[in-house]
Order: sequence, then C-alpha cells, then structure tokens
Amino acid sequence: MQDFWDWFRWLYEATGINLSIFYDAFDRAHFLAGAIMTLRLSAVCIVLSVVIGIVGAWLQESRLKFVRLMVYWYIQFFRNTPPLVQLFFFYFGLGGLLTSATGSGEHVPLVGNVTWAIVSLSFFAGAFNTEIFRSGVQAISSTTIEAAESLGFSRLRIYCLIVFPLALRVSLPALTNNLVNLVKTTTLAYAIAVPEMLYVTSQIWSDELNVPELMNVLLVSYVILAGALAYLMRRWERALHLPGFGA
Amino acid sequence: MNGTLALAAMAATLGFSMVTAAHADAVSDIQGRGTLVVGVKADYRPFGYLDTSGTIVGFGPDLAADIAKQLGVKLQMVPVVASNRVQYLQQGRIDLILATLTDTPERDKLMEMVQPHYYGAGVNILAPKSAGFKNWDQLRGKKVCLIQGTFTNKDLQAKYGVQGLAFPGTAEAYTALRNGSCAAFAYDDTAIQGELLKPQWKDYDMPLTSIFFTPWSVGAKKGEDHFASLLSGMVTGWHKSGKILSLEKKWGIKPIAFAQQEHDKYR
Repeated sequence: MQDFWDWFRWLYEATGINLSIFYDAFDRAHFLAGAIMTLRLSAVCIVLSVVIGIVGAWLQESRLKFVRLMVYWYIQFFRNTPPLVQLFFFYFGLGGLLTSATGSGEHVPLVGNVTWAIVSLSFFAGAFNTEIFRSGVQAISSTTIEAAESLGFSRLRIYCLIVFPLALRVSLPALTNNLVNLVKTTTLAYAIAVPEMLYVTSQIWSDELNVPELMNVLLVSYVILAGALAYLMRRWERALHLPGFGA
Repeated sequence: MNGTLALAAMAATLGFSMVTAAHADAVSDIQGRGTLVVGVKADYRPFGYLDTSGTIVGFGPDLAADIAKQLGVKLQMVPVVASNRVQYLQQGRIDLILATLTDTPERDKLMEMVQPHYYGAGVNILAPKSAGFKNWDQLRGKKVCLIQGTFTNKDLQAKYGVQGLAFPGTAEAYTALRNGSCAAFAYDDTAIQGELLKPQWKDYDMPLTSIFFTPWSVGAKKGEDHFASLLSGMVTGWHKSGKILSLEKKWGIKPIAFAQQEHDKYR
C-alpha cells in the first residue's frame, strides 16, 4: 500500500505534478475526513429534504387556509434567497441568539455549524422538492382521484396509496436534478467552517501550493459523486416504471 | 593622439554616458517629480488607517513621511490592500510599499525587500478575559477561529493541537468569536491590537505571548539597487535612533522584542 502512495511522490519529483493528498499521510487523512463529511452532509440532506418535500406537497392540498399559507411562505423564503445567505443567517444570526450559559458564565451556542449546515441545506432543497412533488401531484388526473373517493378512500389514504406513488414517478427526473444540485451545494458549508471536501482541500493547497492539481482532484471527485447519484436515480426510475404510465 | 583614436574615445564616452542616462534611477525620478508616492494600508489600525478627517495616519504613514523628508520631496500616500500592493508597485503607480508587507523568499524574487526589516508581526489570540488563557498549551483541544489560507494554520493545529475553525474572512471569524462558537481567535497580533481599540471588545484581550514571528520589509521595485540601498540606510537609522520604539509608544502598540533587539544591535 505504501508503494502505491510512494508512486505519487515519484510523480511529483519526476513531473512536478504535486498530488500531496496521496503521498503525504497528514494530507491524506484530512482529505478522507473531508470526503466523508461531504458524503454525510449529502446523505442526510437528501433524506431530510425529500421528507420535507413529501410533507410539504401534502400540506399544500390542505383544506385549512392557514396551513396552505404557511407552506407558501416557507417556499417563498427558502427558494428566493441564496443558500449561502441562508447559511450565514442560521449560523451567525440565529446561532448567536440560541446560546446557553456554561459553568464559567460564558455563552456557547446550542447548535454547532454542521447541524446548522444540515438544517439550512435541507430546508433549501426541501422548498424546491415541495414544488417538484406538487408538479407530480397535479399531473394525476382528477378522474383517478374521484374514482378513489367513490371507493371510500380517505384523503390521507388517497395521497399515500394512489396520488403520491404516481406523482413520484412523474417527478423523478426533476427530483434527480435537485438532489444532484444539493450535493454540489454542500460545498457552501465551507463558509461556516464545516470541514467538508472544499474546505479541507483549500487548507491543503494553501500549505502545499499545489492549487491546479487539487482543483482538478476536487472537480473529478464531485463529478464522480454526482454521477453516482444520478446513476442510482436512473436505476430507481427504471425499477419504478409502470407500463402504460409515462414514457 | 591621432584623429581616429580621439574619435573612438569620444564615441566610447558618449556610449557610456548614454547607457547611464537611459537607466532611469528611481531616486532621480522622485526628486525630479518632487513627490514620493507610497502605498500604505488604510484599514489596518494602527499601522495605517483613516482618521475622522479622512487622512491616512498611523505607524506606516509616519515612516513614509520620514522617508519623504530625507529625500527632500513631498509625500503622496495611496491606500493599498494585500491583494494589489505588489501589482501597484510593479506598474509604477507607487514608488514604495510601506504596508505591513511580510518578507518571504517568493516576494524577494518579485521586488527589492529592503533589509533590515523595519517591524514584524506574530500570531496571538483574541479571547474573552473571563476565559483566563495564560499559555498556548491551554488551547489544546479547544475550538479556535482561524482565517482560511493563513500559512500558520497547519502549525497551530499540528503543533499546538487546536481544533481549527477556519473562516473565509475576518468579519465571520470575529462574529463566530462573539457568538461563542470558538474559544479564541488566532490572528496577527498587530491586527488584534487594532481591533481591541474598538469599544465592543472591552471584555476581550490578547493574553498570550506572540509566536511565529514574521518580519515586515519596505518594498521597492525590482532592480532599483541605489534606491534600495538608500532605504536600507534609512531603516537602519530608524532602529539606531530609536524612532521605531518611540512610534510604538505613540500609537499604543504593545512593544515587541524585535524592535528592542534591532535598536540594541544598531545603537
């Protein structure tokens, strides 16, 4: 294994291409930690934002005007503001208010920066997901819903058993788009010092001064990550395909 | 001497004189112009900042005024920042950089870094007084705010075991410190001193001794050997006469060991 890493040291000495994240153990450990943090952020945010999307699309059809209004304002706030601004608002703004006193009388924030990043990014992608699922729900013809109502299904059961499964299949391409975007948007967490891949790599290249090499490594890493997600979503799409419904 | 030899001698003298006349010396340019243009910081208290009337004042501007006085010309100051000061010098917009410029081997290739160094900065922390930090080992395992890209970050984390939280800009780092997201903020001791002059930091101080000292140089354009040697004489004079030490007192800067050492060396 050490021989494999040493090859990159030879590469640096022979050609000047400095891939220190391979031959230097310290940089290697840091880069790996950054990659794991990115994977963690992506996975948690994807799951949370999809849940928010499903719940939001359901609440948009609510009979109570108050509930519909709440969902409307949630979407307006989180879709119309830049995600970086949202991150700053949560971490520096709200984070500064939500403090508790420690034993020595100093105030420390209750919520850490990773948690705020997850909250902010999930809400951001959740707003888009709500609209994506709404477009799927509206694609279901009203005759299907009337048929279900005439069979005695309650509103909740219609949504869970009939409307949402069909809506999901319709909205999968748009959902894939948004989730791939979410994976790339996790890089913004570097601005609140979350040690994800971009943050860690920028620390490494300011020490080793190998900016072009590491920029390329970052690019390739995100292509692989986003590509893997898109591939899995496509596989899922094909598995969910209903003959006669959609393309 | 016969005619041809005299002609050859005259041609040679003319040739040499043309060579020396073509080399535009910075000193003669400045004296011909009657003004010395110096790039100084305008946002780095107290080494260069704007006072209430809008003039740039501080440690750097005072030294620039002295150089202009010794050259017998007027002084014109141009505000610069770290990202444009070298370019301004190379383009000829300024004759000198007197803007907290750290001397590094890479920069030495791009311009004349006047020796000896006139001042320097180390790394220290801004922390609440109630935290009671006395030495660097107390920071082991604690969250410390840093600035992304600073070359001392790696050493602080590897050698002193701090848990670094690096932000893109100083504003974010100061806000995170105030919110309690980190126990302290490690940065240039000179910048922290300037920040502590502001009233909102009255419950904070800079308790430790500075480490990772990096020296500052006056910067002149590459190839200006005569100008650089003149400046070198002036900087040595500042150390010899104790001007640096008295300027430290004037601007309320915590005295650094370097200034005292240089004064003792050249006295």
